[in-house]
Amino acid sequence: MVSPAPLVELRNAVVLIGGFPLLSGVDLELHAGTLSVVTGANGAGKTSLLRLLGGLVQLSSGAGVVGGVDLVKGDLRELRRRVGWLGHEGSFYDDLSVTENLTFAAKALGRPTEEIEAVLGLVGLENRATTRAEQLSAGQRRRLGLAWVLLRRPELWLLDEPYASLDDEGRNFFDQLIGDVVKSGATVVVSAHDRLRSTALAPRTITMAGGLVVGDER
Amino acid sequence: MIRTALLVAGKDLRIERRSHVLLWQVLPFGVMAMLLTGLALGPARAGHSASAPGLFYLVMLLVTLLMINRSQVIEDSPGTRASVATLGLDPAGVFLGKALALAVELWLTGVVLLAGAVLVLHTAFVGTLSALPSVAVTLGALAAAGTLYGALSGGEGAATLLPILSLPAFAPLLIAGERSYSAALHGGSLWRWWVISLVALVAYLAIGVLLYGVLEES
Repeated sequence: MVSPAPLVELRNAVVLIGGFPLLSGVDLELHAGTLSVVTGANGAGKTSLLRLLGGLVQLSSGAGVVGGVDLVKGDLRELRRRVGWLGHEGSFYDDLSVTENLTFAAKALGRPTEEIEAVLGLVGLENRATTRAEQLSAGQRRRLGLAWVLLRRPELWLLDEPYASLDDEGRNFFDQLIGDVVKSGATVVVSAHDRLRSTALAPRTITMAGGLVVGDER
Repeated sequence: MIRTALLVAGKDLRIERRSHVLLWQVLPFGVMAMLLTGLALGPARAGHSASAPGLFYLVMLLVTLLMINRSQVIEDSPGTRASVATLGLDPAGVFLGKALALAVELWLTGVVLLAGAVLVLHTAFVGTLSALPSVAVTLGALAAAGTLYGALSGGEGAATLLPILSLPAFAPLLIAGERSYSAALHGGSLWRWWVISLVALVAYLAIGVLLYGVLEES
């Protein structure tokens, strides 16, 4: 039986910004419907790897294909449309309310705005619908970012430090949601300083240091 | 493209309305700058309508630089930039939307300053009314060129680079605007200068539609 082609395939991937190497030659394969956790110290290259997979930075040398899009010759805009990105910074407009942010995203994506109410219920922000994003707590901001991704229903989820600044309830919520997303067939890549707390998710753990993959446990 | 433009313009204008930057910072700055530059001309020319067109466009230039910077800062958070990139918005539509929002803000400021010129600099009310079409077109062209140059000079560096980069684009607009406003007040060839602004508006819009995506990617 022939195994399906990987969703992500990187060969000696190098990303340089201003001549400084953020990724120094990464080889990686990820298959659809899997959960991977990228761990490592600050500056190890976790965020850069996720940004490369999302088409948010360009490959400087090496080769890579994500979801059939060639990272060197392909249309990175097309790739970006297919990924969901949750950054550890704010991922939305601070002067707009929760609903206004999601309405903007829904209209940009051509999704019916009626979906917003359901998504707000999923992330537990139904009571904060009219609150300006800048007035949300760190955990609520993370949930708003997640709602933005949920509206998209992407095939590849890229979650950059989703557990940062979250309390136990928030971490459990993210664990459960990530599990549900993987079960639905989507691919999830999470960057985190530590391994995921929930062993039930049984993720693949990729360890990075100095812009290289230095460990890979399945 | 038009749908995206209206979506982006609506979002930018809503953010400006919420942040009160136009109302509490830009408009008072414009009024004060107009009064102070009028006084700087000396007692013989202060309060003289012949100075009004030059002072008006000098102040509008400063306001334009302020507002372009503001328009870029809205999108400047790395997280917001990444999230919005994954929405797959048409770059031409984004350019048109941001230029439209900036034009609306400049038009509002322009109306206040024109009224101020009637009250303080004693410009003829009827002449000011006949200058409105040329002022609207010139400010629209400033907004289109400014949006283009704002993207070119980049978010945080915009305050430094923008005045230098935009000089060749703004200089002919300011000359044409000042000449047509003077012609409306004191007689002369209004339409010849007005057409120069109109051609510049169309040219900057066309360049922006074609190149904004390239600027965003770079």
